[in-house]
Amino acid sequence: MDCSNAETLLDAYVDGELDALRNLDIEEHLHGCARCAQSYSDRQAIRGGLKTASLYFKAPADLEKRIQRSVRQAAKAEAPAGWFSGSWLKIAAPLATAALVVLMLAPYFAGPSSDQILTQEVVASHIRSLMVNHLADVPSTDEHTVKPWFNGKLDFSPPVSDLAKQGFPLVGGRLDYLNNRPVAALVYQRDKHVINVFIWPSDNSAQTGGPIKTHQGYHMIRWTGSGMNFWVVSDLEQSQLAKFADLLKSSLAPMAS
Amino acid sequence: MGGKEKLERFEQAVLPHLNAAYNLARWLTRNEHDAQDMVQEASLRAFKFFDGFHGLDARAWLLTTVRNTCYTWLAQNRRSQLTTPFDEEIHGVEEDALNPSALALKSGDMEMLKKSLEELPDEFREVIVLRDLEELSYKQIAEVINAPLGTVMSRLARARGRLKQILCSHLKEKP
Repeated sequence: MDCSNAETLLDAYVDGELDALRNLDIEEHLHGCARCAQSYSDRQAIRGGLKTASLYFKAPADLEKRIQRSVRQAAKAEAPAGWFSGSWLKIAAPLATAALVVLMLAPYFAGPSSDQILTQEVVASHIRSLMVNHLADVPSTDEHTVKPWFNGKLDFSPPVSDLAKQGFPLVGGRLDYLNNRPVAALVYQRDKHVINVFIWPSDNSAQTGGPIKTHQGYHMIRWTGSGMNFWVVSDLEQSQLAKFADLLKSSLAPMAS
Repeated sequence: MGGKEKLERFEQAVLPHLNAAYNLARWLTRNEHDAQDMVQEASLRAFKFFDGFHGLDARAWLLTTVRNTCYTWLAQNRRSQLTTPFDEEIHGVEEDALNPSALALKSGDMEMLKKSLEELPDEFREVIVLRDLEELSYKQIAEVINAPLGTVMSRLARARGRLKQILCSHLKEKP
């Protein structure tokens, strides 16, 4: 074995990832080559240093609680059958208050209770997408990039159209989870405002729609058309959002025919 | 899978690996606060797609999600840092100029080692963190970074080589 071969395999040797034969080869080489032997001991020194506990960042004590809370909240949204315990509610009193607000808004949607849950999920997803800045899995202003990105990730192909010319540029797409299923989330922007559009197939082929609604400062417009459910959510001013929804509807209409 | 059963299974599989998740996120974001956000976001994503997890290795699976979450975030927040090329001019040190004994790291040099690791490009830093800190096998690392075994091997070799260069240049600066 020559030096360049040894150099290539040295790390795998240090890591114990080589087969027995190559192990022997490299040991033989290290025996006779001072330069590679020095490389080897350098690597061991660095590895030894890295292994000391001071470089390993342990999770802060309250992180587990924080994760548990948020995951349980997500679980609750997925399975609203009421299995969660009273103690959970105590921890999440503010969330319960938020849920109450949603319930108070529910009559406006005049739908079944699953609609109330969905409203809550849509707002939560929108907020979450802004909170941790995970807006887009595929950041792109090109509808021909965003649309194919969903291939294989969803069991449907969401309609995607860029509205940049009309002042609402597409900024990307994201995989999200609503109504107990993966959905497409399209992200648009108007000045500094972010608009999330959630899309998934509808059982209902009829064209339906609801009035614009507001929840915690976020406006929502939803409709069903072309065999898809659409939920638009943003903190954008109401009339602007209505304009956006109209533009989106008319841009998608030709696709349906 | 019922909601409660799913939640229990998820917590059993994932919560034991929060240290691993946080450590990787902390090294990729280089920031305590962002690392916590990343782990939370990754956990929520992992939970959403938990039905699709049939593997045995929950740690590697969680780390994959943490890594993807971090990279999405880095691309959006630190575009400039992602594209900063490794500066051979600054870090270049002639092999012959190395004082071998300088690498015999003393406890006082830990800060320097930490600093050097932070200066490595993300793709090199992550394999060192996964191997030397997290002690994953090459096969597990291949799964986490979604690359062939051969790539893991060569990237680790290059990563350690560069780490050594950076470390030596710092040791030389030291009076």
